[in-house]
Parts: sequence; structure tokens; C-alpha cells
Amino acid sequence: MLDILLERFNYIPIIILMMTGLYVVFATGNLVKRLVGLSLFQTSVFLLYITLAKVFGGQPPIIADAHGDDHGAAAAGHGAAEAVLYSNPLPHVLILTAIVVGVATLAVGLALVVRIREAYGSIEDEALNAADYSRDTGAAG
Amino acid sequence: MWTPELALALALAIPALGGVMVALLGNRPNWREGATLVSGVLLALNIAYLVEIAPSQPTLILASIAPGLELAFKLEPLGALFAAVASGLWLVNSLYSIGYMRGNNEKNQTRFYVCFCIAIAGAMGVALSGNLLTMFVFYEVLTLSTYPLVTHKGDAAARRGGRIYLTILLGTSIGLLLPAIIATQFLAGSTNFVAGGLLALNDVTPMIAGILLVMFAFGIGKAALMPVHAWLPNAMVAPTPVSAFLHAVAVVKAGVFAMLKVGTYIFGPALIAATPTSQPLAWIAAGSIVLASLIALTKDNLKARLAYSTISQLSYVTLAVMLGSPLAMLGGALQIVMHAWAKITLFMSAGAIYTATKKTNISQMRGLGRHMPWLFGAYTVGALSIIGLPPLAGMWPKLFLMQGTFEAGQVVLATALIASSLLNIAYLLPLSARAYFEPPEEAKLKKPAPMLVILPPVITAAGVIILFFLIGPLRDYLLPVFEPVAIVETVL
Amino acid sequence: MDILAHLLPAGIAAHAPVLLVVIPLILAPIAALMPSGRIAWAISLLAAFLVAILALVLLGEVSQAGSVSYHLGGWAPPLGIEYRVDALNVPILLLVGFVGLLCTIYALPSVADEIEPGKQPMFYSAFLVCFTGLLGVTITGDAFNVFVFLEVSSLSTYALVAMGGGKDRRALTASYNYLILGTIGATFFVIGVGFLYMATGTLNMVDIARVLAEDGHSRVTEAAFAFIVVGLGLKAAMFPLHVWLPNAYAFAPNFVTAFLASTATKVAFYVLIRFLFSIFHPEVTFVAASFTWIFAVLGTVGMIVASAQAIFQTDPRRVLAYSSVAQVGYMMLGLGMGTKAGLSAGMLHLMNHAMMKGALFMALGAFALKFGVRSIASLNGLGRTMPVSASAFTISGLSLVGVPLTVGFTSKWYLILAALDRDWWWAVAALIASSLLALVYVGRMLMAIWMEEPPSHQGKAIAASTAPWAVVVPMSILALANVYFFFNADPLVHLANAAAEAVMGGR
Repeated sequence: MLDILLERFNYIPIIILMMTGLYVVFATGNLVKRLVGLSLFQTSVFLLYITLAKVFGGQPPIIADAHGDDHGAAAAGHGAAEAVLYSNPLPHVLILTAIVVGVATLAVGLALVVRIREAYGSIEDEALNAADYSRDTGAAG
Repeated sequence: MWTPELALALALAIPALGGVMVALLGNRPNWREGATLVSGVLLALNIAYLVEIAPSQPTLILASIAPGLELAFKLEPLGALFAAVASGLWLVNSLYSIGYMRGNNEKNQTRFYVCFCIAIAGAMGVALSGNLLTMFVFYEVLTLSTYPLVTHKGDAAARRGGRIYLTILLGTSIGLLLPAIIATQFLAGSTNFVAGGLLALNDVTPMIAGILLVMFAFGIGKAALMPVHAWLPNAMVAPTPVSAFLHAVAVVKAGVFAMLKVGTYIFGPALIAATPTSQPLAWIAAGSIVLASLIALTKDNLKARLAYSTISQLSYVTLAVMLGSPLAMLGGALQIVMHAWAKITLFMSAGAIYTATKKTNISQMRGLGRHMPWLFGAYTVGALSIIGLPPLAGMWPKLFLMQGTFEAGQVVLATALIASSLLNIAYLLPLSARAYFEPPEEAKLKKPAPMLVILPPVITAAGVIILFFLIGPLRDYLLPVFEPVAIVETVL
Repeated sequence: MDILAHLLPAGIAAHAPVLLVVIPLILAPIAALMPSGRIAWAISLLAAFLVAILALVLLGEVSQAGSVSYHLGGWAPPLGIEYRVDALNVPILLLVGFVGLLCTIYALPSVADEIEPGKQPMFYSAFLVCFTGLLGVTITGDAFNVFVFLEVSSLSTYALVAMGGGKDRRALTASYNYLILGTIGATFFVIGVGFLYMATGTLNMVDIARVLAEDGHSRVTEAAFAFIVVGLGLKAAMFPLHVWLPNAYAFAPNFVTAFLASTATKVAFYVLIRFLFSIFHPEVTFVAASFTWIFAVLGTVGMIVASAQAIFQTDPRRVLAYSSVAQVGYMMLGLGMGTKAGLSAGMLHLMNHAMMKGALFMALGAFALKFGVRSIASLNGLGRTMPVSASAFTISGLSLVGVPLTVGFTSKWYLILAALDRDWWWAVAALIASSLLALVYVGRMLMAIWMEEPPSHQGKAIAASTAPWAVVVPMSILALANVYFFFNADPLVHLANAAAEAVMGGR
């Protein structure tokens, strides 16, 4: 059991972060804090992808000596042996996109919070509900 | 000139276009009523042609929705006859509506006439439908288009009546009729009306057919089989032409006609007789006949009394279907025709009395026969026909039905029919007696009834007498529908 | 069909898949820079028109070739991103394209009425971005690309919904809640895609399917499946993940509601079908179990409960919003049958529902334009004051109930037949019960429209009025489509069958 966990140690912080983020989203009544939780949740997923890319003993996926004419033959043999151990670059690229999406979400969310505060004068969930509720009854009465 | 397919399409198109014309001419009442009458005449002519060619059974497919599922029309004698009754009486009823609506200064007359046109289109659709789906579609068209008619007055009572009307009719049709149609499609692979019975031809077991029979019997809520009859008395809040329309022309008639058509072409008499549920259903129908007659006795309001009379009289048709005897079914088919003429006479008389005197209760109508002798003459003819006395049309269906019950060995049911006729006398004739033989309350009517509300009932009453003598051709016309050989032997 | 394929010159047609996405994307910032709303509207209209044409071209190509694969930037899949059009997503593209076009026409008076002039260009820009996202989600053949486009469309949707805040501040909170749940949904989806990538080493949908078929399934792919279903379920407002939807639809600007109701959830639902049927295999044990025990059951519960909730709403837009949740239930049920007939019926209902809801929300928008409808009581008598819009509302309302002579009946009929095929009698009962409930909530609104007295001003009835042509035309087209496709059901049924065929093969 412990072996299994240790083998997958990288997932432990990810899961903790993910659950913390999700918990914050649902537990807090403060709209900004909720966005913080949401970002935490998203970031933990970025981490998940990044750790996927790690190959033990892998090199950065950069072909350094593509133009090395001098020691061509030797390097070619050397490179072929090591090529297997490149880290996977694709998840990094994906996450670059996902980060942009995350930032955009946060920006839209915060902009909404600003508008909500302008309209309601509060960013607490309960206060917002109370405001809408009393307005409704006011209109009805 | 007219091809059969075109005539089938026109049977729907004429009233539909009539509705459009009426809506467009809403601001000019005379032209508007003209449009109604012109489409009435055209429709009647068209249907006369259809009646002529019905034995050739032309079909028209309007739309194909799914494999085995079409919107299709198929002309056959039963439907042609119903279409003829509905279109003929619509014309008479339109004349009467004009007199009634103007005489009573009703509001929203354009909506009224438009809905009438749509409703008659719906009735035509039911009459000419070639399969269950098409029948269902137009059955619902009929329900929805008559709702504004029922609630025409717009007050709280009208709305309540309308709500009950809609709830019961839509609830039963969607909750029972539609599942029954779906089951039929599933069992037989189609929903087409086939001579001899679709389910019988597909070897459906009597048990399953029995369950379906119950679903159809109560799903066709318009047939007003107790206990789904409650919508009918509640719909009495409507103006009288609408009541006449509901009872005699289209709605209840469409219900029992649908029942008859389902019995004839979906089950087939033999399969019905074989099902375990047809017997209990026949008892329920007989119960409806007697019970509704008894309730009718207790009603002082003339229209309410006539409403229960309709429930009673039209359960004859359901009873005929449930007997599974071709002879009884012929009686049922004739009952649709004969009852229509008699009942519309009664309703138009009730409306005419209301228009002239604003009286609705039988106890107030003492001596009115002296003021309106023609009207009460018509009423009496209609009443006698419903009772089933010769030489009036109402005699024939009762005769056939009675023979059918005896043939099926159902003596108790025959007794119920006799009891019903006696009850008919008890609840219909006292008004005639009171109107003719008791002294009037006022010496003179304040305002004589307009000609347009007196004439139509007199016309239909004459029709009732004429129809008595037309039984031969009518029977020959309907013979091929229900196993021809059996009937020829027993009747002749 | 041949004509469609040759609608455009071959050089352009070859790039149709990418143009479909790129055209609205490029026009979006241009629209934002325009000085007035009208010009921005014209640009949006141009984009929507071109997209609709391109969708038709793709339909032609797909019906000839079976599927169209476009390699973005010339990079071959599975490494490069592939845009893939086949019989499953071509109906969705057509749907988004044409509904988008009709909604854009409709936008002119509606947006002019509801959005302040200064913000209109930005509003149209956000709409075009949303449009891009929806098209991208539909057309892409790359699982991660789906996420990106999903978020492109969602982010702009949040902004669009929040634009309703000018009239009713509750739009802001609705949009915020939508953002939170939408983002959680998207993140769940991306986790699932990550797991799939972990298990298969590829992101190309066709490739994932191939690897999964070869290597079989493991715990990782099961977890991926669960995450993807929940994530997409949130986006598609599957019961019980629908809580964001009623408020978002009720408070967004009318144009946005009409557009979203007929496209956004449909697109998310399409992605779900894509994942369930062509990436995971419906015959794999856990997928099959999820069909019967999750989709069919939740779909059935959803269509009853949400319909019942709809009955108790007072705002007509909330009634229709809950009804949308119920309609998603119908589609879930069709999908949950796991048969070709069921999937085809679900697809058919998806397309039909887009037509009815589009017309319904447009008609509500038309009422709102003149009278500011916020409750069912304010629909009173509109049958006489606005007969055209009221008729369109009536036709599509009846279609929603599933009354014969409208497409609603056709798709329910197919659903019922599919259910009977599996001997699911309870599903038939639920379908009928839910239709009865629909009858009640639609009936309430129709009753108010036709049977009540019209609104009056100082004792006098308000004169009959007509909505602007830009409202009437698209609304009438959608409403009449509801009737037309009943009488000529073949084209849509053919599309739906082809879609089911494409993902389920000969089964």
C-alpha cells in the first residue's frame, strides 16, 4: 500500500490541492475567495499535466546538436541512444494554453465580482440573496 | 372534375380556409357570416360527392413521419356517413348560430366562428382518417379548437367548465389513447384502419386486445363513457350553438364514432367478442345509459337534462361496439346519424327558448308552446325520435341494437335498453306537455324569437322524419362495413 | 447534396473546416472596434451567413465522402490538430450555423433595446467569440482542443449573460454562478482528458479510440470517463447538474437566451455523445452500465422533476429554462438506451428542441420588446395585441408539448419506439407523463396569451402591434420549421440516422 503511494508521490500534493480548491469554492460565501479556490483547483490540474510529462532521467526535449557537422557520426549514435529519454513536451504546451484559459476565467470572474459589488454593495453570498429576496417582496408588496 | 383525392383534401381545406376568411373578414359581420355559410355549403357538396364514392375507398397520404407512420386519409362508408352528418348539421347550426349570437349580442364573435371552422375541420379529419395517428391528431385539434368555444362567456364559471373540459379530454387522450395507439403500432407494425380488424389480422391475443380495448374505451374521453363523462355537463356553460355542436355535430359524436371505427377496423367484431374485457365494458356502457338517464330526470335546467341525455344515448354506441355483434354495430352506426338529428333539434329548441325568453329551467317554461308552436313541435318530434317511436328515425338504431343484444344472448342488457327508453319518455316529454297544456305565464312574449333560431330546429325535425324512410339505402350503404353476409341473413 | 458541395470554389471549399472557425474569430475583434452597434451587427451577420454557407458545403462533402479531415497547419494527426467533420457533427454545425444566423438577424432590435449603445460593439464581439467557440468545439477532432474551445465559448457566454445586468442585477449573480460551475465542469473535463492522455499517449479522438480498442480499459480510463461525463454534464445542464441554467437563461438578454438555449447545451451534449460513443465504446461494460443506470435513470428523473419545477415558475423565461433541463432529459434517455435507434431519436430531439426553444425565446423577446414581460400574468391577452408573435409562440409551445403536426411529436415518437425496442415500458410512461406536465406549463402560458383580456392603458385596450421585421422573420422561420419538418421529416431523420450510424456502425 505504502509502496503504491510512494510510487505515485507526485499525485498526493495534487490531490490535496485539488480538494482544497474545490472545498473552498463550495464552503465560502465570499465571491472573491470562491475565485481563489477555483484558481487553486485549476492550478492543481496544471500540475497534474506537468507531472505526466516527467520521464525519469529524461532530458529537456531540445535537440542541441542538430547542426553539429564536426562530430557527426559519433554524435548521431550518441543522440539516438538518448533520444528515448526526452521528457514529453506536449503537456507543457497544453498547459500553457490552459493557463491562459485559467487567467481569462479569473479575469472575467473578478470583473463580475466588481460589477456585483457595484450593483449590490456586497460580495457575500448571503447578503446578495437577502438583497434580491427583499427586493422581490418589495416589488410584490 | 373532382378526383377522390382532391375531394379528401378539400374536406379539410374548405373549413380551414373558411376559418381564415372568417378571421380576415372579422370587421364586417355580414361578409364574415357569408364566408361561414359559403364554406358550409361547399363542404356539404364536397361531402355529398365523397359519400357517393366512398365504396371505392380512395386514400390520400399527407405526410410520412416514420416507417409505418403516416398522416393519411382513407375514405370508407362509416367515415363518409359521419362526415355527411357533421357537415350537414354544421350548415344548419351555422344558420342558427348567426341568429343566436346576434340575438344575444355575444362578444368575440369572430373568434367564435373561426374556432367553429377549425373544429369542423377537426371533425372531418377524424371522420376521414386512415389510421389511428391521424385520428388522434384531429381528435386533439377538435379538443383544442372547441375549448375557446366552451369558455366563450369568459366568466369564472365558463373558465372552470373549460378547465375541466380540457383536463379530462386531454388527460384521457394523452394518458390512455396515445399509449394505446403506441401499443397498437408496436404490436401490429402500423396503425392503419383495416377491414376485418388490424389487431385481429396480426393475431394479437384476446388478453392483450382486452387491455387495449379498455384503454381505447376510456382513452376516447369524448365518447363520455362513465366515469369520464364529467366534462360534458361542465361544458354546458357554453353558448347553445356550441352545446348543439358538442352534442350533436362533432365532439361527442367524434368520440363515439372513433370508438366505432376503432372497434370495426382495429379490433374487428370477432376479436372484441373474444376479449375478456368487452363484457364488463358493455356493462359499464349499460350502466352509463341507465344512470345518466336517472340523473337527467333530476335536472331542471333544460340544457343539463339534455347533456345527460346525450351521455345516455351515446353510450348506446359504445355498448354496440362492446357487444362485438355486427348487427349491434350497425345499430351503433345508425345511432350516430339518427341521434345527431334529433339531439341538435332539441338543443336548438333550448337555445331558441333562451333567446326568446331568457328562460333556462323546465319549470319556468309553462305554456310556451302557445307562443312558439312550431318550435315546440320540432322539440316534440326530436324527443319522440330519441325515445324511439316510429315513424321517426330514432327507432331504427334501437331496433338493431335490441336485436343485437338478443342475438348475443344478453337479455339483461336488452332490459337496460328498454328501461332507458322509458326513462327517455319521463325526462323528455314533460316539457312538451307543460309547454302545450299548461297556461302561459305571460300573455305575450316581449320579443318574438328571430326566424333564424326557429327555422333550423324545424328543418332538422323534418330531417328526423325523412330519415325514417331512408333506412333502406342507409343500411345497404353500411352493410359492407360489418360482415355483410351475417346481417343480410338476420335482417331480411 | 452534390450542389451543396460545389457551392463554393474548390480552393475555398478545401479549407472550409478551418474557415468555419476562423471567420467569426477574426471578425470578432473587428466588430469590437466598430463605432456603432449597427455596423458590428452587420459584421456579425456576415460571419453568421458565411458560417451557415460553409456548414452547408461541409454537409455536401460529408454526404459524399463520409467524413472530412482537415489538418491544421499541415501537421498530420495524431500529433497535429485535426478538424474532423463526419455525419455526427455536421448536423450540429448546421444547427449552430443556421440558428446562429437567425438569432443574429433577431439581435438587431433586441440588442438595440436592451444593451446600451456604447457597449453594443463589444457585445457583438463577445457573441462572435462565443459563436467561434461553439463551432470549434463541434468541429475539432482533438480532445484538448475541445477544452480550449469550450472555454472560449463559455467565457464569452459569462460576459453575454452578465450584459443582462443593465436591466436586472440578478444577471450578474447568475453569470457568476454559471462561471463557477462552468469552470468546474471544464476543469473536470480537462482532468478526464489528462487521464485519457495518460492511458493512451494521444489526444486525437480517433487515435484515442483506436488505442483504447487495442489496449482495453483500465482504472485510469474509467476515472477519465467519470470526470468527462460529470464535466460535460455540467456544461450540457444534465439533471441534476443544471442548477446554473434557470437563472442564467432567465436574466440574460433575450437574444443571448434564444441563442444559448438552442445551441450551447446542444454542443456540449454533442461532445458527450462523441466521447461516449466514438471514443469510449458503448459495449464496454462500465460504459453500458452508465447508460442504463446513469443516463437513462437521471434522464427520466430529470424530465419529470424539471417539468414539474417548470410548472411552479412565474417568470415565463424560467418556465422555459426548466423545460430545457427536462428536454435534455429526453436526449439523455435516448442516449442511455445505447442503441442506434435511441441515439438517433436523441439527436433528432436535439435538433427539434433547438427549433422550438429558439422560436419560443424569440417570441418572449418580442413580447419583452413591447411590453417588458417578466411574469406569466404579463402575457395576458397578447394573442390579440401581438398576434404574429403569439402564434409563433403557440406553434412552438405545442411542439414543446409534442402535439402532432409539430416536430416535437416526431422526435417523441421516435424516442418511444426506441424505448419499446428495448422493452423499456417505464420510459414510455415517463415520456408521456412528462409530456402531460409540459402541457400544463405551456398551457398556462397559452391560456394567458389567448384567453385573458389584453393589457389596457387608462381603460383602453392597447392597439395591436407587430414586432420589428428582424424579430418576426427569424421567429416565424423557426416556428414554421416546427411544422414543416413534421410533414417532411425525412431530412432531419436522415441526418439523425446518419449520425447514429456514424458512431455506432452497423449495430
